[in-house]
Amino acid sequence: MCLAIPAKVKSIEGFEAEVEVGGVSRKASIMLTPEAKVGDYVLLHTGYAINVIDEEEAQETLKIFQKIAEAEDRDSFN
Amino acid sequence: MKFINEYRDAELGKKLIERISQRSTRPARLMEFCGGHTVSIAKHGLRQLLPPTITMLSGPVCPVCVTASADLDKAIALAKLPGVIITTFGDMIKVPASYSSLQQVKAEGGDVRIVYSTLDALKIAQANASKSVVFIGVGFETTAPTVAASVLQAEQQRIDNYHVLSLHKICPPVVKALLDSGEVKLDGIVCPGHVSAIIGSHPYEFIPCDYGIACVVSGFEPLDILQCVDMLVTQIESGAPKVEIAYRRGVKPEGNKIALELMDKVFEVCDGNWRGIGVVLGSGLRLRKKYRRYDAEHAFEIHPGEPIEPKGCICGAILRAVKTPLECKLFRKVCKPENPIGPCMVSSEGSCAAYYQYGEGYGR
Repeated sequence: MCLAIPAKVKSIEGFEAEVEVGGVSRKASIMLTPEAKVGDYVLLHTGYAINVIDEEEAQETLKIFQKIAEAEDRDSFN
Repeated sequence: MKFINEYRDAELGKKLIERISQRSTRPARLMEFCGGHTVSIAKHGLRQLLPPTITMLSGPVCPVCVTASADLDKAIALAKLPGVIITTFGDMIKVPASYSSLQQVKAEGGDVRIVYSTLDALKIAQANASKSVVFIGVGFETTAPTVAASVLQAEQQRIDNYHVLSLHKICPPVVKALLDSGEVKLDGIVCPGHVSAIIGSHPYEFIPCDYGIACVVSGFEPLDILQCVDMLVTQIESGAPKVEIAYRRGVKPEGNKIALELMDKVFEVCDGNWRGIGVVLGSGLRLRKKYRRYDAEHAFEIHPGEPIEPKGCICGAILRAVKTPLECKLFRKVCKPENPIGPCMVSSEGSCAAYYQYGEGYGR
């Protein structure tokens, strides 16, 4: 029910955006995220963008996983 | 797919599990409140992979599952009215209500249409000016702003035959009700991901403050959930519960202010009727007086009849995490996806459906 998937904004006209999910384009409303820009990734839920994905935070999270993996490898080595 | 695949890396997952296993020394009973988490945990077998100190419980996770029979009966009564087109999300259509289901009304000739979005419901209203379109509004704070947006669009574009039956609910009050009931002892909560994208993390502050329970907002991919569990374990081991966000790419502490404003403009808080729990004060949403002309409960006269809960169904106890599907006499014998007795089996995010599909490891 709270399923929302990452979608890339391809074009915007007023509150209507064209977004792409896995290579498929569809229309979405950005009434809830008027700050979205072309090129942003948004969380798409029932045809509306509910948030703009923070790409920097996404990268930070992946870095945290990498650090954890390296720490675990070091510990198992010792 | 970007922002999905990277968070499914099995090798990184193993490392996270190793880290959690080493650091988790105390029993940790963790509950998730979001159907998306229930399904992801079951699908990726996370219960079996986590150490025995950690117990994963599913709460009243799914807005479809917690829709009371009395409320769904209203939708069915509306569906039987001549000249009414019901528009609904797909997962509501098979849910058994007291006497019928939307699917059954459709089979009997009612105009019931599955839509992906309220945007579709608005288009149906515009294309059928001589009929009344009712959108069955089910969902938590992730969905309510989209329904609010649809009411504002109906107002702007003069789509006067568009109505909403608001069965929406909000999460924090039910978390409090569950904790106050004392039925379930918890050490940590996996906070909903997309509800929090809208409401932020501040509404959960009362949980560590008043109950001493750790809270972390989680994303939906397996690495997201493992990161969340790792952060909960850190809090529990240090005895320092607080609210944190693991899902930082999707959630800001202040949430989505515009979505919250639209929700507040169109809806006001009321009491909510939760299947298996009962009435929870201040946990529902209804349309404000200003938008009453779009409110299906005011626009139509309906007589849904006395609500009846299905015999033998323990969805209520499952939703409160007091029992698991394994303890239900109907589970798998009578109640299956093709013949669901209760909503937890019908909904794609229901606990019973998750266990049926993904099998062992549930309920430890």
